[in-house]
Amino acid sequence: MTAHTTPAPVSPDQARIAPKPALRRFHQASWDEKLIFELGSPGERGVLVPEADPALPAPELPAALRRAEPPALPEMSQQQVLRHYLRLSQENLGADLNIDVGQGTCTMKYSPKVNDRFVRDPRIAALHPLQEEETVQGVLRIIHELEGLLKEISGMDRVSLQPGAGSAAIYTNVAMIRAYFAARGELEQRDEVITTIFSHPSNAACAKTAGFKVITLHPDADGYPDIEALKAAVGPRTAALLITNPEDTGIYNPRIEEFVRIVHEAGGLCSYDQANANGILGITRARDAGFDLCHFNLHKTFSTPHACGGPAAGACAVTADLAPYLPVPTVEFDGERYRLDDDRPESVGKMRPFYGVVPNLVRAYAWIMSLGADGLRAAAETAVLNNNYLLHKVRQIPGVEIPYAEGRPRVEQVRYSWRKLYEDTGVHSEDLGLRAADFGTHYWTSHHPYVVPEPMTLEPTESYTRADLDEYAAILAEVAREAYEEPETVRTAPHRSTVHRVRPEALDDPSTWAVSWRAYRRKILGEPS
Amino acid sequence: MTRPRVGLVVNPVAGLGGRVGLGGTDGPERPRRALELGAVPRASARAEEALAEIRARGCAPVIVTAPGAMGEEAARGAGLDVETVPAPRSGVPGPLGTTAEDTVAAVRAVVAAGVGLLLFAGGDGTARDVARALDGAPCVVLGVPTGVKMHSAVFAVGPRAAGEVAAARLGGAAPGVRDAEVMDRDEEALRAGRTASRLYGWLTVPDVPARVQQRKTGSASAAYDTSGGIAAELVGRAGDGLLVLGPGTTTRAVAAALGADASLAGVDVLDLRGGQAVVVAKDASEAEILARLDPARPCHVVVSPIGGQGFLLGRGNQQISPRVLRAAGGRGGLLVVCTEGKLAALQGRPLLVDTGDRALDAELTGHVRVVTGHRRISLYRTEA
Repeated sequence: MTAHTTPAPVSPDQARIAPKPALRRFHQASWDEKLIFELGSPGERGVLVPEADPALPAPELPAALRRAEPPALPEMSQQQVLRHYLRLSQENLGADLNIDVGQGTCTMKYSPKVNDRFVRDPRIAALHPLQEEETVQGVLRIIHELEGLLKEISGMDRVSLQPGAGSAAIYTNVAMIRAYFAARGELEQRDEVITTIFSHPSNAACAKTAGFKVITLHPDADGYPDIEALKAAVGPRTAALLITNPEDTGIYNPRIEEFVRIVHEAGGLCSYDQANANGILGITRARDAGFDLCHFNLHKTFSTPHACGGPAAGACAVTADLAPYLPVPTVEFDGERYRLDDDRPESVGKMRPFYGVVPNLVRAYAWIMSLGADGLRAAAETAVLNNNYLLHKVRQIPGVEIPYAEGRPRVEQVRYSWRKLYEDTGVHSEDLGLRAADFGTHYWTSHHPYVVPEPMTLEPTESYTRADLDEYAAILAEVAREAYEEPETVRTAPHRSTVHRVRPEALDDPSTWAVSWRAYRRKILGEPS
Repeated sequence: MTRPRVGLVVNPVAGLGGRVGLGGTDGPERPRRALELGAVPRASARAEEALAEIRARGCAPVIVTAPGAMGEEAARGAGLDVETVPAPRSGVPGPLGTTAEDTVAAVRAVVAAGVGLLLFAGGDGTARDVARALDGAPCVVLGVPTGVKMHSAVFAVGPRAAGEVAAARLGGAAPGVRDAEVMDRDEEALRAGRTASRLYGWLTVPDVPARVQQRKTGSASAAYDTSGGIAAELVGRAGDGLLVLGPGTTTRAVAAALGADASLAGVDVLDLRGGQAVVVAKDASEAEILARLDPARPCHVVVSPIGGQGFLLGRGNQQISPRVLRAAGGRGGLLVVCTEGKLAALQGRPLLVDTGDRALDAELTGHVRVVTGHRRISLYRTEA
């Protein structure tokens, strides 16, 4: 292997006086940990579950749902369980462990641990969605007040927290646009939705899923969303504009009000994808630019955890004209009591069972309330400052380019390109990310659609210190230097991780998928099912 | 397991004219003049760079090649095992003296010896010679770009990229192939004072969209079939009527989705009724197209941009003349089809038209609707 041998041993005295290296000598832990089903022994106990009190009322479990035999759960003491999961956590680059500003457009920010305490409080954790309304007034109040906060943040008249995630919220907005034109008898005529190539691709996907044709605008010669293309695209068939701003390149569309005006003049609606709202909180609002609808991702802008892709929570905000079409139920408050309203004849219906992802609604509520209006604006300003500081450092690294709107500032993220580095060295962006893992940091790639060659998208949010950003830029500079001077080191990375490269081919073959212990025994261990 | 065999044919004079401002090196005189002007041969070194990349990626194929500067030197320089095949030489004097006929003879000899992949180092002229030598014989080819202009779509983006694609193919990770355009400068147009490219043929190349983006775990593959979706969208726009179909893999696949067997390199006239099309004139000239048009029936011109370059009209499809375009209603009759990957590969550069008719070019510039799939359209800039 290359230059990553263990450093020569130093005496305790030397260690005390030697300066810390600029880059850490990271190595991931390797525990060779078994699966939890392979651990424990018969009779080992973690908790003693009390017998159910026959005096307590409980609905009878239907016979079809009852097991004939107890489930084959592992039997383990509490300490064994704790140790097992701590070890697994050390074999990951977890969100709380590393500087994960390289996670594409995901808006990785600190999720305050105190907010998890509220979620784990039995007054939240023990609730059941089928409880009577009178018994859940507290959580309905939290939801209602969170809706009020998001109304203020967006400038809109009405909010729904029913959708289960960002894309579910976009789909909800498209469904409301469809219902709006159907109610006017214009749906057959208005069958086109306009978006831009660097708006989040969920906008195009949701519009198409809902039955619209999708017109995608490409950037103009200056790299900005092309207003001439928009003028060429709008017409009597235009149903809506679905647009992200700033786009996923970090470029802010300075003509956004004009975009909205042009679409409105053609009779279409405008829906603002606020996936990138983290840089504009308290600075500008969807309503102020004339939009009719917008949506937020609570797991991005409002700090709730990403949790490996779920459960997320989305929020739709609309003007009064669109409010009749919001999903059911809505949370209503008559000044005394909160209730869920399912009786809304023009509603687009339910986007998911029950109402919202309550734990994440509680976290978002706590985050907003702890910051206040000034705090939200400070978070946005710090996120923009952090991004432009990192941009200043990264643009000095040989092999980096910043395509589109060249030389212009970015808002809260930047989509960089390693095209030049790849053409010079044959090293791909993905290789650089795997090498970055050798320095204990995360660099993944979420750059859909894949238009920028050899992309790298960094979004440093407000959570990271200047020292964090300096360290991250130093890692990128070092990995880029290696690509030019010792490309094999990068190409064969990672060298200091527990698992080497994952072979993605396995994901293409269902016969190798083992997403449960039972499937693992059958497919990998070859035991009869 | 038998070792993989990779063919290599180097055109030693390719690219000689670039630095010294002579342009291409077709014919015997220009290479000599280029050397007199101080040109340094680079084809062999760039071929060696590609082979070194194959080796660096852990592959050790046998390189089947022609003697000396036509491949053997590059293969030995890269430290790979070499099997030379005797190829007749035309005997042109000079240090690098080879001709187009030498390239053709070498390709035939190398392919006859049995190879799984043929690499060639050269430019558009060399690509034309390779296509001529193969004459439709099934062989997967990849160009190492060492020429002056490289209009053809058969080249990797650079020597290392060529090595990377070759290694991926040898490792079984690049299963797909596609037909790609062999282009070259149109000498007739040049004599008339215009620069233009012409479509000369097709070669089968590995389908690795390295120019755009490598495969990413968890992403949808870029190679999914969109021609059926484009065809459905086209039927919705064109209704029943005549289609003048330009050359290319995209238009041909769209025709196939409509049930018609269109030519790959020529312009065809199709009759579209009820979502099905039949070819009524294959590989038609301008006069034949005009003879087929019927003022009583709606007519649309269907073209797809040349990959990487963006030319819609005036390159490889001059049969679709200004008269044909006007007969189809000008801008309103033009239907552009393209995969999203091919549009992305333009990297923001505009689509181009060069019909030879300035007024028509002006009418066609601005923004054009490009059908990219079922219910998917891109608004894209067009310039003359």
